[in-house]
Amino acid sequence: MLKKRLIAVLILREGQVVQSVRFKHTNVIHYNPVHAVEAFNKWAVDELVVLNVTRSANSAAQFAEAVASISRHCFVPLAVGGWITDEAYATTLLRSGADKLILNTAFADDTNLVNMLAARHGRQCIIASMDVKLNEGKQTVHVDRGRRDTGIEPLEWAKRAVDNGAGEIFFNSVDHDGARKGYALDVLGRICAAVPVPVIAFGGVFSWDHLVQGISAGAEAVAAANIFHYSEQATRKAKAFLAEAGVSVRQEGRLLT
Amino acid sequence: MSSVSIIDYGMGNIRSVMNALSEIGTTSELVADPSAVSRFDRVILPGVGAFAQAIARLRESGMKEALDQYVATGKPLLGICLGMQLMCSTSSEDGEHQGLDWIKAKVVRFPDIEGIKVPHMGWNALQFASGDPLFAGLEESGDVYFVHSYYVDCADKKDQVATTEHGIPFASMFRRDNLYGMQFHPEKSQQIGLTLLSNFLKS
Repeated sequence: MLKKRLIAVLILREGQVVQSVRFKHTNVIHYNPVHAVEAFNKWAVDELVVLNVTRSANSAAQFAEAVASISRHCFVPLAVGGWITDEAYATTLLRSGADKLILNTAFADDTNLVNMLAARHGRQCIIASMDVKLNEGKQTVHVDRGRRDTGIEPLEWAKRAVDNGAGEIFFNSVDHDGARKGYALDVLGRICAAVPVPVIAFGGVFSWDHLVQGISAGAEAVAAANIFHYSEQATRKAKAFLAEAGVSVRQEGRLLT
Repeated sequence: MSSVSIIDYGMGNIRSVMNALSEIGTTSELVADPSAVSRFDRVILPGVGAFAQAIARLRESGMKEALDQYVATGKPLLGICLGMQLMCSTSSEDGEHQGLDWIKAKVVRFPDIEGIKVPHMGWNALQFASGDPLFAGLEESGDVYFVHSYYVDCADKKDQVATTEHGIPFASMFRRDNLYGMQFHPEKSQQIGLTLLSNFLKS
């Protein structure tokens, strides 16, 4: 049986790991992302997501270099995203050691790119990142790092993303991001029930119980960023908590020697 | 000079395999030139993507012939993911295709079973019998990382040395003489994966 996954997210701005609060990125947590990756590697994390939130598209080359150095220390699947606007850059990221590509704005502006990448690398390689935000009492999907409202309802968006080639959904809520109150469970649960692909829950985790809530809502994988940087062995403790709560998580297969 | 080669035929994330070997203290070379293959003592055939396209590339580049000759010398070769599937007789992925035919096995799609998602993607348990040096240092079960929609059905079940359950049990590893196959990604399976790669290098 497939295990539920625990994913650590690194938010990179100009190559440094930053904290994310409602999509604002001011505090630097690590100057060198490799330090964070080395810790997560030892701490039983199942997958890494690395996002480039630098405001300028000029950051693309620097980000690819960061991906290359991260991949040298990352022996779990590595998904990366941010400023993927053409096929050549997608290839650069994969050649830098990424296993999966995370696209967000392209699902609104350039579905041809998404189709093409899915055909070329397989759907398992394409993750649709969707950011929902409450606007005048209604949840809609926002793109361009949460700044542009597409006006499209989350369920409709998720279904279209799958039709366009997404093999996974990376769900986030701008309102919950860094807000420490757990995932946006209502919308998350509805999306999990409506799409045939795995959903990764993200945004708002401040206790290990929030992770369990994400799994209960139907997510195949639960992700967090800020909280994993605050204590030693954080991801290992999170995994132990999930296991204790009855969630089937990866066995590390202790070495005999 | 390093003696481990990773076959580069334009399919998949080969950088990760190199990184993993480097982590366990082994330098490796990417090899795209068929005439270079015979220089090596270990060959890794990686791969992600479609079977038909991959086998066509191996044929057109002359790599198939070079690999046939290498394998005939009895030196070890490890196929990873699609690489493992290519070592089989046939695949039914998008039509019927001939493989390298070193292992008597068919590559077939997971059956439709309620509640079982295809592709099989994520961490799943590797079941094996200890005793084989290939599993030295490992417990009898542990999770490894898979991404695939087709699996290997060995004609001779003795060839399968590890199995995994995804709706049905399937061969997650095979071994016959100098030929090794891993359906999962050892380079992405943390400590277990690195241990398996390290054991292959000692084989």
